[in-house]
Amino acid sequence: MQIYRSHILVCGGTGCVSGGSKDVIDEFQKELERRKLDKEVLVVHTGCHGMCELGPIVVVYPEGTFYCRVQKTDVAELVEEHIYKGRPVSRLMYAGSEEMPVVPHYKEIPFYSKQERIALANCGYINPDNIDEYIARRGYEGLGKVLSGMTPAQVIDEMKASGLRGRGGAGFPTGLKWSFCAASKGDKKYVICNADEGDPGAFMDRSILEGDPHCVIEGMMIGAYAMGADEGYIYCRAEYPLAIQRLKTAIAQAEEYGLLGQNIMGTDFSFTVHIKEGAGAFVCGEETALMASIEGRRGMPRPRPPFPANSGLWEKPSNINNVETWANVPRIMVNGAEWYSSMGTDKSKGTKVFALTGKVKHTGLVEVPMGITLREIIFDIGGGILDDKKFKAVQIGGPSGGCLTEDHLDAKVSYESLTALGAIMGSGGLVVMDETTCMVDVAKFFLTFVQKESCGKCPFCRIGTKRMLEILERITAGEGKMEDLDTLEQLALMVRTGSLCGLGQTAPNPVLTTLKYFRDEYVAHIKDKKCPAGACTALVKYSIDPAVCIGCTKCARNCPASCIAGEVKKPHVIDSEKCIRCGNCKEVCPVGAVSVE
Amino acid sequence: MAFSVEEVREKTREIVQPWKTGKGGLIPILQKVQETVGYLPEESLVTISREMKIPLSEIYGVATFYAQFHLTPRGRHIVRVCRGTACHVRGSLKIIDSVKKMLHVEENGTTEDLRFTLEPVACLGACGLAPVMMVDSQTFGRLTPDKVKGILDTFE
Ligand SMILES: Cc1cc2nc3c(=O)[nH]c(=O)nc-3n(C[C@H](O)[C@H](O)[C@H](O)COP(=O)(O)O)c2cc1C
Ligand code: FES
Repeated sequence: MQIYRSHILVCGGTGCVSGGSKDVIDEFQKELERRKLDKEVLVVHTGCHGMCELGPIVVVYPEGTFYCRVQKTDVAELVEEHIYKGRPVSRLMYAGSEEMPVVPHYKEIPFYSKQERIALANCGYINPDNIDEYIARRGYEGLGKVLSGMTPAQVIDEMKASGLRGRGGAGFPTGLKWSFCAASKGDKKYVICNADEGDPGAFMDRSILEGDPHCVIEGMMIGAYAMGADEGYIYCRAEYPLAIQRLKTAIAQAEEYGLLGQNIMGTDFSFTVHIKEGAGAFVCGEETALMASIEGRRGMPRPRPPFPANSGLWEKPSNINNVETWANVPRIMVNGAEWYSSMGTDKSKGTKVFALTGKVKHTGLVEVPMGITLREIIFDIGGGILDDKKFKAVQIGGPSGGCLTEDHLDAKVSYESLTALGAIMGSGGLVVMDETTCMVDVAKFFLTFVQKESCGKCPFCRIGTKRMLEILERITAGEGKMEDLDTLEQLALMVRTGSLCGLGQTAPNPVLTTLKYFRDEYVAHIKDKKCPAGACTALVKYSIDPAVCIGCTKCARNCPASCIAGEVKKPHVIDSEKCIRCGNCKEVCPVGAVSVE
Repeated sequence: MAFSVEEVREKTREIVQPWKTGKGGLIPILQKVQETVGYLPEESLVTISREMKIPLSEIYGVATFYAQFHLTPRGRHIVRVCRGTACHVRGSLKIIDSVKKMLHVEENGTTEDLRFTLEPVACLGACGLAPVMMVDSQTFGRLTPDKVKGILDTFE
């Protein structure tokens, strides 16, 4: 193997690719060749580093120097200065606080220093298209350990002892789930990886698959061995073309190395794995719907029992786990259950990956030990609220989750504590909202989503969410009545109890939590006909402060309804009758004279 | 990429062939036909039904259940504007509105010249760059309404 003195890691995750990281890689390659450094320095294209906000990201090893927002035009300078002359380029480093204006090493950046990366251990560190790099990071060692010295029962005991719980939402103990499928009699069993990730605002699974596909495959193999399965399916959203491509490459490489196929590592264990592309239906993330979809049918959930462990895919015993759940398995096998269960809280062990998004400074992917507080995630890791606005709420758990407030920021993150507050851990989406986000609008947003995605099987879910949505639409249009709030609560309870699957059962959560914690906003919409956050267009009024307006005419020129009048250098006025409340004027005003109310 | 009825039948038969013996083929077949033909014309569904011995009603049920399948012709370029949560709180409504105005189409509509189809989607998984849209397989992040035109202009 060729030895290189330096590695330049360029992020090839979706975020950074859309920021131009492919051009950056090509440019590095060209520049190194031009300077005849290409035999000494290797350019590696990795998975997601997590800090998507600052992409494209480049890390230079062995120093670990972290560069952000690197553009093609910066490459020549980086090669010249850093690689050639050994002088890191501080201009492109992360800008820290006042005491530390530039942070050269990525481990010192607050975004990374509080993280504990297990599922993401290799993301952003290895080339996902190269199985050797995975193996060099102790990849397939867990599988080797299991196949060479553990009985299936021992593997399951180890999983139970680790305390790992399903990362797909419900948090069911993984070891226990495996033991059901293992105990189930059958000549044929399946293991399935749920990579449907339909929860809007979440991209943990995508990043794992794109950045470290082998760990998911290895996890599935260990599970298959423990439960007596020999075939696996990965059900991945079609919206994730890069993830699918990386998985295909990984599978081909593992087959070539004899790590997939017949008699793996010279044992009796055989395993093959297939990829199934989803076809765009949120409900297919539900396990029974997902299996129906693999079988080629409409993806509608069915009642359980029978549970998949007894009758799953093609009526054979099956076990389904989430991407992140599988990704943890090899690491548990290598380092032991005790190591894993030493992290986290009493009942929620290990770490959890969150997709931190919305109105937070550093959006991206973070993996933290369970038991950390929301405040630490949002303010220490996430750097606080964008534009230093005021924190209002954090939506956790996607459409099934809830909105938590300032008062809950010090709550410890665990399955139990979040459920107690009315939210759920869910798959790990954390959407931060500031004072300009309207909570009624957020509730309406989620309900629109579940209403659209309801498969239509259960009347409560199909019709109940529709009626709830209509009420919210009335309220945000300024036509709500106070009785509407009671009706909403009643409907919410009916939809919750009358639905078969998690989609309907949890659909009312965003409405219930916002009603509970932000009731005054609903009341303001209904009684005062006002949207306090200035987000519901029907209820806001734009006006120009004559004392601030400089008469630049920019607003008038950008108004699609031509409802702004005024002469050059004189204060302008908005005709509210004609105003369509598009907000263009507020956006273009150079002096901030336009206000919404 | 307009195919005649006969060509559609022919292509569909080719695609169906490897699935005749296996199981769970319906969705991959539909995906492949749509990829080849651009959408799912009636003749293709009838052909799948005959070849696979699956009732047409069942195929229609599957094709209309999933958001991915389309029974009418679509534009050469698919503009997917994210309407997921992260993008919503960062102003994706304005992005989709500006695309609509620019192309003169509604959601899920196709421009008359078959150049673009506009589709709202629930999340593109690039939430860190919100608001986001995808044109074909390219992702564009940190959008503002005025960036949209420049992006769409590059697609013929
Ligand atoms: C409507 C609905 C959507 C779901 N979507 C997903 C999903 O996208 N990804 C996922 O892993 N689990 C999803 N789940 C949970 C799965 O049904 C299942 O519990 C999970 O895949 C089990 O894996 P785990 O034990 O590793 O969490 C969803 C459940 C429901 C009810
Ligand atoms: S919410 Fe828009 S990409 Fe996820």
